[in-house]
Amino acid sequence: MTHAPATTHTPVATTDKPRLLVIGNGMVGHYCLEQLVERGAHHRYTITVFGEERHRAYDRVHLSDYFSGSDADALALGEADFCARHGIDLRLGEAVTAIDRSARNVVTECGRYAFDQLILATGSYPFVPPIPTPETDDSGHARLVYRTLDDLDRIREAALSLEDREIRRGVVVGGGLLGLEAANALTSLGLEAHVVEFAPRLMPVQLDAEGGDALKRQIEALGVQVHLARATSDIGTGDTHRYRMNFADGEWLETDMIVFSAGIRPQDRLARECGLEIGERGGIVIDDTCHTSDPGIFAIGECALWNGQVFGLVAPGYTMARTAAGCLLDSCEPFGGADMSTKLKLLGVDVGSIGDAHAATEGAVSYRFIDEAGHGYRRLVVSADGKRALGAVLVGDNSYYDTLLQYVQNGIALPADPASLILPQGEGAPLLGADALPESATICSCHNVSKGAVCQAVDAGCTDLGALKGETKASTGCGGCTALLKQVFEHELESRGVEVDRSLCEHFAYTRQELYGLIRVEGIQSFEALHARHGKGRLGCDICKPAIASILASCWNAPITNPSLVPLQDTNDTFMANMQKNGTYSVVPRIPGGEITPDKLIAIGEVAKKYDLYTKITGGQRIDLFGAQLHELPDIWSELIAAGFETGHAYGKSTRTVKSCVGNTWCRYGVQDSVAMALTIENRYKGLRSPHKLKFAVSGCTRECAEAQSKDVGVIATENGWNLYVCGNGGMRPRHGELFATDLDDTELLRIIDRLLMFYIRTADRLQRTSVWRENLEGGLDYLKAVILEDSLRLSGELEAQMQHVVDQYECEWANALKDPDKLKRFRTFVNDKRSDPDIIAVSERDQPRPARPEEIAALAVEVTS
Amino acid sequence: MSELILETEAARSASSSHPVRLCSRADLVAGSGIVAWHDGHQIALFFLPGRPEAADRLSHSPEAAGEPIKPPEAAGELYALDNRDPFSGANVIGRGIIGDLKGELVVASPIYKHHFRLTDGQCLEDPSQRLRTWVVRWNGDDVELLL
Repeated sequence: MTHAPATTHTPVATTDKPRLLVIGNGMVGHYCLEQLVERGAHHRYTITVFGEERHRAYDRVHLSDYFSGSDADALALGEADFCARHGIDLRLGEAVTAIDRSARNVVTECGRYAFDQLILATGSYPFVPPIPTPETDDSGHARLVYRTLDDLDRIREAALSLEDREIRRGVVVGGGLLGLEAANALTSLGLEAHVVEFAPRLMPVQLDAEGGDALKRQIEALGVQVHLARATSDIGTGDTHRYRMNFADGEWLETDMIVFSAGIRPQDRLARECGLEIGERGGIVIDDTCHTSDPGIFAIGECALWNGQVFGLVAPGYTMARTAAGCLLDSCEPFGGADMSTKLKLLGVDVGSIGDAHAATEGAVSYRFIDEAGHGYRRLVVSADGKRALGAVLVGDNSYYDTLLQYVQNGIALPADPASLILPQGEGAPLLGADALPESATICSCHNVSKGAVCQAVDAGCTDLGALKGETKASTGCGGCTALLKQVFEHELESRGVEVDRSLCEHFAYTRQELYGLIRVEGIQSFEALHARHGKGRLGCDICKPAIASILASCWNAPITNPSLVPLQDTNDTFMANMQKNGTYSVVPRIPGGEITPDKLIAIGEVAKKYDLYTKITGGQRIDLFGAQLHELPDIWSELIAAGFETGHAYGKSTRTVKSCVGNTWCRYGVQDSVAMALTIENRYKGLRSPHKLKFAVSGCTRECAEAQSKDVGVIATENGWNLYVCGNGGMRPRHGELFATDLDDTELLRIIDRLLMFYIRTADRLQRTSVWRENLEGGLDYLKAVILEDSLRLSGELEAQMQHVVDQYECEWANALKDPDKLKRFRTFVNDKRSDPDIIAVSERDQPRPARPEEIAALAVEVTS
Repeated sequence: MSELILETEAARSASSSHPVRLCSRADLVAGSGIVAWHDGHQIALFFLPGRPEAADRLSHSPEAAGEPIKPPEAAGELYALDNRDPFSGANVIGRGIIGDLKGELVVASPIYKHHFRLTDGQCLEDPSQRLRTWVVRWNGDDVELLL
């Protein structure tokens, strides 16, 4: 720690550079130094900084972390040697006592310092209302505040002095943003925390009544007790605790310490005393360039009063710091006020407040979503004409914040149903399209990259997404904005006439959709033909080969075991089994609808036993047999086919399973025969190859035991027929299927599924599930309904015919392969030796084989040699 | 330990060069791979059937360091690589998709999709990994390994 020298100190300027002094080394003061250095001010000015505290600048926003593991160093801002490195004289623990404007000096306890330019970043101090406290009490524990690290040390001391007590209680006066932070700090110290708020709700500035109520319930659930509409009239001595707070309404509350967090006041004493213009209720008056009434003195941050307003948030302070730093280097960007929208986590609870949260604008209309069970609350305030968003309140889930902020800040036209912006969505709030976003829209909130910055990079010639990320840092934080960034980037490139490279790979300068069109239109039957006509390079690669094999299969459905198709497939399709981590395969026979006879079950059991396979029931109501070596696959399949099985296509990007419940045949609630429908669907679409795997389910009633709403195609029985849900997904990114059509009869149902699947196959990207395809579909669900149900593109006849062709061409691939000895020659572990792969070693676990782990293999080797 | 084995093998192949028959043309799968066993080694064999213009293109491409690769024959090109994928430890290289990336012939491991150069076994994604390669040749319709 740097401490001020005790001697009187009158520095002599060692150069003739003008002298710039900064009073205050808080968050805004420090940020201002960074901005000055970034602009090269340290080469033009001799800079000296005074900090009243002994700590260098630290993060006050996360002050409560001080009690949950962070020390002063962890909270400190920037590198410790930042000032030293840039020749800035940082004088910590040296309070400025006066400013002598006529002599152009500032006075500290150590001496006088001359200035040519002066920046006041003195911040604010906590307001402690003049409430009487017990005369006998000199501990100060009834008048603690929460602002600096030293304040926190005092709070900690107060808590430690109570260690012998059974219940240690702390009260925070003030239920605003800082008050709740302080309550969090008390909780971290192991105290029973209470919040006493004068207003009838928490965070009265940012939240409305319902939002405050939801927040109160959430933080009470966390053990913080909240007392609203309580004005403290005096503080006396308590019975069970040290103090008793008496409220104006006659109620009282006892406590061992009291922390005041009832608002802040601008720290304007120095300015006031040297005659700078001060606002009526405090604050150093500044203009748009952050100059005070003295043209050589700036004021920034919470000490400054702009347009009658003091900004108690750090972001506007930072904006002022940039303005002042710019002015000192002749490139002033005027300060034009700041949005007080804020999003934060208080005691772990998301709270957001945007714009006109209280609907104060004349004629404003609100939409509200209230979740009484989870204490969540969202409010969207819109203009009288319903066209613009004015403000919002969020409690419990800030995932809606970014989108709502864009709407409010940029006056983006609201969707037809504004409520959709705050209603729960499987995927969070709906995102705005790339073109709807204004330049100022934040794309990456981790690195604060706006759409404008992306546009600039594109203008500067960036045409590669990777380079864009490197340049702007966008999407290099949490990565949550990756999809949006890509969308904006491609949109910007296109709007500049730059062709976006959506080539499948280096061999085909086409998208999957374009290749699909070429194959269809030109009737191309092989990879070689397509490659010769439209491709580059020699062979293709592991991207284009399987993708084109899939398109060929979707279009013509020739056996994938044909010699020309074999080299195109991933190993799973080549060998019609699923490769596992040790190079063995798993085998999944088709069990349509999950319905299986005892004889077939026995047959599977016998095969598994004979070939020593690990057996597991899958999520799709089938049985997976693991651990088969390549050369065993034909024998295994001969036996399975003899028992009446067909291949299950578990290895393909193709129809997997149709899961079903038992339906009205057995179930007392069932209203349709879901198993029969599942069998019909599975037998119709089995063998259909598509951009990605396809999962189906049929439920026999609305109880939905088959979980149809999490499938690509979900069918749920109704009294009158079937409801169809589409584009659902389980797995990594769950998505509820959307209701597509209702009360369909069997024929209608299949016709719609035919069209839908073929339209997906025609238009989706490589390896794009229906859920993602649907989300990226321009026009959304309405468009999809128009195409499939209303035949808006006059395509339905073609789609149905194409599906019928695939259905007619179906043949079990394993049955096909077993007929042809030439196709079977590939199923040899070694072409010249009958042995198995000696490196595949299984051990027994829970009475079944499983691959040995590396350490087990090592142990076995030792046994053999010793 | 493994270095020692490699050295002895290298010495052996340098001193005596005797051919071992691995399989016949009919055992190969055009545009794809199979695996042969020889003396404890699993050798992935890849077969590119002859295509005159392709052969022409390849003969202009720079060769990897070391043993010059024989120019492709009308009978088709053969490549022999170690079947073991160093990233998964599984013997699966012979079951990968073959292709060309930026003019170089490669096989993609079916487990984690790393690419290995057919000519010298070098992994394109990880310079520290390189598969052992063998010299193979046609003898009529037979494929022979040269040791």
